[in-house]
Amino acid sequence: MAEASWEVAINSKWCKKCGLCVAFCPKKVLGEEMGAPKVLNESLCIGCLLCEMHCPDFAIAVKRRDSK
Amino acid sequence: MAHPLEKYLRAGKLPHIWCAGCGHGIVTQAILRAVDELQLDTEKTVVVSGIGCSSRAPGYLHFDTLHTTHGRAIPFATGIKMANPELRVIVVTGDGDAAAIGGNHLIHAARRNIDLTVICFNNTIYGMTSGQYSPVTPGGSFASTAPYGMVEPSFDLCTLVAGAGGTFVARGTTYHARPLTNIIKEAIKHEGFSFVEALSQCPTYYGRRNKLRAPLDMLYWYRDHAVGVSQWEKLTDDEKAGKFPIGVLKKVEHAPEFSRVYSELIARARERSEA
Repeated sequence: MAEASWEVAINSKWCKKCGLCVAFCPKKVLGEEMGAPKVLNESLCIGCLLCEMHCPDFAIAVKRRDSK
Repeated sequence: MAHPLEKYLRAGKLPHIWCAGCGHGIVTQAILRAVDELQLDTEKTVVVSGIGCSSRAPGYLHFDTLHTTHGRAIPFATGIKMANPELRVIVVTGDGDAAAIGGNHLIHAARRNIDLTVICFNNTIYGMTSGQYSPVTPGGSFASTAPYGMVEPSFDLCTLVAGAGGTFVARGTTYHARPLTNIIKEAIKHEGFSFVEALSQCPTYYGRRNKLRAPLDMLYWYRDHAVGVSQWEKLTDDEKAGKFPIGVLKKVEHAPEFSRVYSELIARARERSEA
């Protein structure tokens, strides 16, 4: 069975650039660019949802790629 | 890609008014995740709030919601529950709203054991009006109305509600977002008065004055000072100093619930008048 792959999306319209998502990501999937979070290494995502659950702005969504 | 909880949001109202890094969005998300995992019928779930930063939450939620007056969320919620006990009623309140102006309502709802779920977003400050101290602002910390440090002792809200007769009392923090979600799920499922104190960072008006300016500093403070309740019970008094327990602190099942007791009373009274 292939390892699950995850899609990480940042909604820049709702993001307030607090930096919590970048700090909580255990795999450095997320990084900062010009003060805003950016998905740098999506393939490293393990789907722990720490970024999604700690985003105060509902601005990060993580979804398993094969799920609908 | 839409947020997985977007169906519970009035998406057109976002972005919300809370400051960057405010914990209230994390607690709100924990509530929605709990609702989603429990598969609650949103048509039969009502969210009620009072006044304050936390009380803005229902405005973003796609449920039947009520944004009421300061400190009075619990009386409004009581009315809803008594008028229609079929409804699940969730109260969203803050520390000022619940413990100061609404403190009396809080203890009496706990005493009655009415089936409400009260989630107190506790940021230990009046954020909306620029940082006055509340009854739970920790001793020694600074607020706009405590420029030399808070001299009053503070309430322990969980002990207060448990002492007043609440049958489910729990505490979580925004650092522990997943456990907080689990606690809220358990609180919603509990039949009777359930109270969740959700510690939530206010970097703007609490953190800035208390050397915890960055949102992350406050989350790490929660991480370093919170102790899981099973671990907490093994600690000596010295080890407990400066720390606080998180998790389910009190749970009493099958205690008489107020709306049910009252319905039975109505049935008895009807029987007697018809006899």
